[in-house]
Amino acid sequence: MDLFIAIFTGTIVAATPLVLAALGELVVEKSGVLNLGIEGMMLTGAALAFGVALAGLPLPLAIVAGVAGGAASSMLFGVLALTFLTNQYAAGLALAIFGSGLSAMIGNGFGNTPIAALGTLHIPVLSDIPLVGPLIFRFDILVYFSLFMVVFIGWFLYRTKAGLVLRTIGESPQSAHAIGYPVVRIRYLAVLFGGAMAGLAGAYLSVVYTPLWVENMTAGRGWIALALVVFSTWRPYRVLLGAWLFGGMTILQLQGQVLGIALPSELLSALPYLATIVVLVIISRNRQMLALNFPASLAKPFRPAG
Amino acid sequence: MIPRLELRNICKRYPGVVANDDVSLSILPGEIHAVLGENGAGKSTLMKIIYGAVQADSGEILCDGNPIHSHNPAVSRALGIEMVYQHFALFESVSVVENIALSVTTPFNLAALSRKVLELSQRYGMPIDPARLVHNLSVGERQRVEILRCLLQNPKLLILDEPTSVLTPQAVLRLFDTLRQLAAEGCSILYISHKLDEVQTLCDTATVFRNGRVTGTARPKQTTATELARMMVGSKLPEMHVSPPVPAEKPMLEIRGLSAAATDIYGVDLADISFDVFGGEIVGIAGVSGNGQAELVSLLSGERLHPQSNAIRIGGIASGHLDADGRRRAGIAFVPEERLGRGAVPAHSLIENGLLTGHRLGSVRHGMVDRKRAADFSRDIVEKFKVKTNGVRAKAQSLSGGNLQKFIVGREIALQPKLLLVSQPTWGVDVGAAAFIRQTLVDLSRAGAAVLIVSEELDELFEICDRLLVICNGRLSKSLIRTQTDREEVGLLMTGLDGSVVANGGDSLALHD
Repeated sequence: MDLFIAIFTGTIVAATPLVLAALGELVVEKSGVLNLGIEGMMLTGAALAFGVALAGLPLPLAIVAGVAGGAASSMLFGVLALTFLTNQYAAGLALAIFGSGLSAMIGNGFGNTPIAALGTLHIPVLSDIPLVGPLIFRFDILVYFSLFMVVFIGWFLYRTKAGLVLRTIGESPQSAHAIGYPVVRIRYLAVLFGGAMAGLAGAYLSVVYTPLWVENMTAGRGWIALALVVFSTWRPYRVLLGAWLFGGMTILQLQGQVLGIALPSELLSALPYLATIVVLVIISRNRQMLALNFPASLAKPFRPAG
Repeated sequence: MIPRLELRNICKRYPGVVANDDVSLSILPGEIHAVLGENGAGKSTLMKIIYGAVQADSGEILCDGNPIHSHNPAVSRALGIEMVYQHFALFESVSVVENIALSVTTPFNLAALSRKVLELSQRYGMPIDPARLVHNLSVGERQRVEILRCLLQNPKLLILDEPTSVLTPQAVLRLFDTLRQLAAEGCSILYISHKLDEVQTLCDTATVFRNGRVTGTARPKQTTATELARMMVGSKLPEMHVSPPVPAEKPMLEIRGLSAAATDIYGVDLADISFDVFGGEIVGIAGVSGNGQAELVSLLSGERLHPQSNAIRIGGIASGHLDADGRRRAGIAFVPEERLGRGAVPAHSLIENGLLTGHRLGSVRHGMVDRKRAADFSRDIVEKFKVKTNGVRAKAQSLSGGNLQKFIVGREIALQPKLLLVSQPTWGVDVGAAAFIRQTLVDLSRAGAAVLIVSEELDELFEICDRLLVICNGRLSKSLIRTQTDREEVGLLMTGLDGSVVANGGDSLALHD
């Protein structure tokens, strides 16, 4: 039973940075912008958050620093892609590489000093219920925040006018502009939000998940988040499912390595990536779903006429 | 009475073109006013100036007697001027009511807005389900959404840009009823068209345009079509010579039981299509766009293959498995609907575009292009088909629609096809070029070739086709002899209301056009 609880909670925690980063990217892509730089924004956020925590400042401040770092780095992409209309693929890749280098530079002096990680919540009564308590009520606050954001983004996109405007800008910025919506400004806001969420995801990795600085500690999670958005056919709830799958496979393969399963450990380490992509590819084969949710103007630069 | 809208001496120049030259017109409240002119006469520019989407270089616009300064679409909407575009600006992936919600300023409440839309749609006889996604709607239904969106703002002036180009004859009549009802309630209507009969049926007054200038105003109901046409075109239209067909004994194209699932999710499945085209005749396929024409054309041209090679026989030989090149070798030539991007490469010269299909006439040998022959080939077409261009090195995209279409048709005819497949031969082409292209097609068929035309323009099909087929929802009607049928019969077949579908009340019928 303890093993089950460990696997379950481990899955949820491992999935959280993916959920955060992928939700941010989902909003960006729904506005018709493709920011490939998630990995770089996550690393920037992770390094800044860790640095603030290492300096002895309170952890909430460290997390805010991570969010700010992600948001600030996303503006690098924003200015290139939205104001100067550079190719979004190139600008995003540049941000990914830049963020990775920048974070390595920031983290240069961090050494091998661990920090005290953000603790889990202890809710009176609820957290003490047998089985249910450890399974549901003993996570850190960011886990609950990420779940709240899944519901919130779903509601925002499909139930509010602002969400409707965002989606239609992703379909046809020309038409949205013709009706009188400020396409570029809204896209900037979306990119900024995506950056903040990626920064938060990075901060989660460095001050909650593994409170120790390691260069390139995101280990490709930014790219997995990117894949999650596409294969989830741009639906928030599917992003959550995909992230759980990835988190579950991560924990299972760790358990497998501990138990000494007779498979090369490299193969086991690759398993979460393989399994997530295979399952999501199968899910996303529904072309109707894909065509309805795909932001038709994705990655196409838009310049308002006149 | 103070005019609802008055234009005084509007001028608008673009580099190399005068789009509007000293244009004045005025519309009274409740008046239905036509702006009549050919494609490219400057009508659309003028409408954009009225709506504020484009600024005039000089001239004045007055609304209810007050001059409009610093014009833009927001000013128009505040004044009660609304516009229904020729190419709809609807978002495909969201519902009807969401589309409408985007352009109204009332608080975001989809349920309340849906009720208002339904109420308006019933009042003006334009049934529509607010919850449906736009990509599922027919073109006629999309137009209703656009009009309803305008009506929600209680417009004082409604501008419609070529509103009937995509409608069936029956849907046109319903639209006219709605417009008359609106006008009776005091809304002025500015109706842009190049169709004389419609203007004569609907409009109280007409301002006629040619080359950016007003060539006259008329009361269309008291003016003959010939007079209006003269104002519009400036000279007499060339007359068509359509001699009786002399069909060959054996069909050039035989389609038997052709069925195919759509490849696009917004596409239409083809169901059990059978027909023949003989050498020496022109067969036309009529229908509202999106009823399977695209699917049928791609199967005939060989862009898409069919597993049953016997379903498509060209010159008696099973050809379903042949690709586009194989079909062309078998004697097909093809003029696609999209001139730029499919019929021609926009950024390439006419010489290179001539080579695209003309390469089999000796201008390419051992994989090398014979530049001189290729240039001669294109020059021949330019001369024979009177293509207006700066020479054969001009890029395809620099030609006007009519001239590029003449070049593409000329290129395909130069291949001396046994079967010419033409999709929308005169779409967006000026009247003179259209008449020339139609006469060319007739002449080709009378010289023995089989010609198959897919078109949404009923006028065109009735003018030159010997037989008509109607496509509706992926099914093809029986063959109709042109001289023994009329628009009404074809129109009913276009909507699938020829009796083959059981009728069950006006409203639900109207929903499915």
